[in-house]
Amino acid sequence: MRAFRLIKVAGKSIVKNKMRTLLTMLGIIIGVGAVIIMVAIGEGAQSQIEEQIQNLGTNMLVITPGAATTSGASQGAMSFNRLRSEDADKIRNESVYAAGVSEVIFTRTQIVGGNGNWRSTIHGVTTDYPVIRDWDLRSGRFFDASEERTGKKVIVLGATIADNLFPDRDPVGERVLVRNVPMDVIGVLEMKGQTPDGNDQDDVALAPVQTVQRRLSNWTFIRQILVNTYSPDDIDEAQEELKAIMREAHGLADWAPDDFEIRNQEQLSEAAQGTTEVMTALLAAIASISLLVGGIGIMNIMLVSVTERTREIGIRMAIGARGGDVLTQFLIESIVMSILGGALGIALGVGGSSLLGSSMGWATAVNTETVVVAIVFSAAVGIFFGFYPARKAAALNPIDALRFE
Amino acid sequence: MSESNAVIRVEGIRKTYLMGKTEVHALQGVDFTVEQGELVAIMGASGSGKSTLMNIIGGLDYPSSGSYFLDGIEVNKLSKNELADVRNQKIGFVFQGFNLLARTSAIENTELPLLYDRKNRFKNHREAARKALERVGLGDRVDHHPNELSGGQQQRVAIARALVTTPSIVLADEPTGNLDSKTTVEVMQLFQELNAEGVTIILVTHEDEVARYARRVVELRDGQIIKDVIQQPDSAADDVRDLLARRKAAQDLEAEALAGDAATTNQGTLDAG
Repeated sequence: MRAFRLIKVAGKSIVKNKMRTLLTMLGIIIGVGAVIIMVAIGEGAQSQIEEQIQNLGTNMLVITPGAATTSGASQGAMSFNRLRSEDADKIRNESVYAAGVSEVIFTRTQIVGGNGNWRSTIHGVTTDYPVIRDWDLRSGRFFDASEERTGKKVIVLGATIADNLFPDRDPVGERVLVRNVPMDVIGVLEMKGQTPDGNDQDDVALAPVQTVQRRLSNWTFIRQILVNTYSPDDIDEAQEELKAIMREAHGLADWAPDDFEIRNQEQLSEAAQGTTEVMTALLAAIASISLLVGGIGIMNIMLVSVTERTREIGIRMAIGARGGDVLTQFLIESIVMSILGGALGIALGVGGSSLLGSSMGWATAVNTETVVVAIVFSAAVGIFFGFYPARKAAALNPIDALRFE
Repeated sequence: MSESNAVIRVEGIRKTYLMGKTEVHALQGVDFTVEQGELVAIMGASGSGKSTLMNIIGGLDYPSSGSYFLDGIEVNKLSKNELADVRNQKIGFVFQGFNLLARTSAIENTELPLLYDRKNRFKNHREAARKALERVGLGDRVDHHPNELSGGQQQRVAIARALVTTPSIVLADEPTGNLDSKTTVEVMQLFQELNAEGVTIILVTHEDEVARYARRVVELRDGQIIKDVIQQPDSAADDVRDLLARRKAAQDLEAEALAGDAATTNQGTLDAG
């Protein structure tokens, strides 16, 4: 009850001095607002990168040839250290965790058709590929198992190629020339955007791996095997299992190192996240300094206020306020002011980050955690920076305080 | 303990300040008692020690030696916090400069001491404050702020604030120092009325004008009591009546003169402001 009354007294004093209150709170408002906006920008960047990584394919494991491939003569005649379709088949047959498996071979070449020609990369893949990469079609269809098996001359264009060769019409049903091989366009992929490191994922065309191997490149070794699991939780187990299968497929002795590498998207995203986390922390640190300055602002005004209100303190003491009561009153005042400033700062921060998000096209994400931390921090600022002036007020001698002009 | 119903019993009080390197003996052995229901004026020139004595009686300061009992409590032995509680429960202060909180209404000023009442003797602060304001004749001004009130009214608010905790004594330090002669008499009338209702009042003043309304006058000089007399106090109520009558007569006279002027010249509006 008494505490409630003291809060009321503090509230009244804050309302009665609107200008002083506003100026006092300004530092906190700007500080909290800055922290929230900065963190929102950082988190926004982070979630954007996460999304881009997700775009590469969920639950995906990538098997690539290991570094051992370059080490020379000791490699056997069968070249077990290179990936082959047999490896992919073995995984298809033996793996428990693999939902889909797709070999990937690349060949970079000119594609002629429509309005002209376009240099791009043709990926030889299997029917599982769009599922593994979580990649839908904009129009048309993907090739089916029989087309894949027989090496039909069909091709699915990425959005970039489709838009460049056929800017005014749907390329499905058209025919393009790839290394003088006429291929039927049966589908166009959805736009996927850029990878975190800036590569255009849509500048690509997909064809059955058989077609690419036999008709376009004559290249029997494959560059990657993509595997996806049924659930993201299986990634680690799947990775272990694939490693065992691959070692068996390549006939590696126990002492021999892997001649392949298996990576998952998590490792990829960890690296990217590390960078943005550092950025977020840096932004937050800079913004925290302004919050600190805001706190010092509160202390300044409270100190001035104690001097200015010496007489009031004297009166309160004369009519029976204990030192503790005066201390509590001033402390509550500074806490209420800093929390109020914190609340306004949150409004500024949320408003500011959504404004930035819409006007600059930046991804921003205000999370509740930051808001809670901002409130707690501003209350702490109020207590910390309010305590010294409050103690000064409480230590006043009532006689001197009453005589103060 | 005191055998009579003494509210204040001061025994051999001394107070020594250190001003720079010289010792100032503000009080040099003061003994006196105040009984329940008295109206006492403590007089003395500046430097006589009356302010120091008032601070000690008011529980704002500790004596260097000697003892002070208020309602049987030995105040000089209390801690700072206990002293604050004594000020809150047993003493009502009225100051020369009114010392009201600015930008705070009369009723909020009046209920201020109840905020610090740790015994929670009053359940309804608003109501207690309203009663106190009615008692000093300001029942119709409860929501006015100090800057909307005259000096006399402000001092009445201060008196209401002193009364609201039903203290054992009201301690008034030069309560009329900032007031004109008419308001002074009116405030003194209020003190006399409150005293008639049984409130113990101690006035600290250097003016004979004020002291003549007190039943007992204690005079200090150089930190010692040199005079302690009982007198027949003047009635402030009578003086107020006389004063009003005289003012009225003067105004009537002025009005007549003005009317005469207006009759002889047609420029009566020139100095109307």
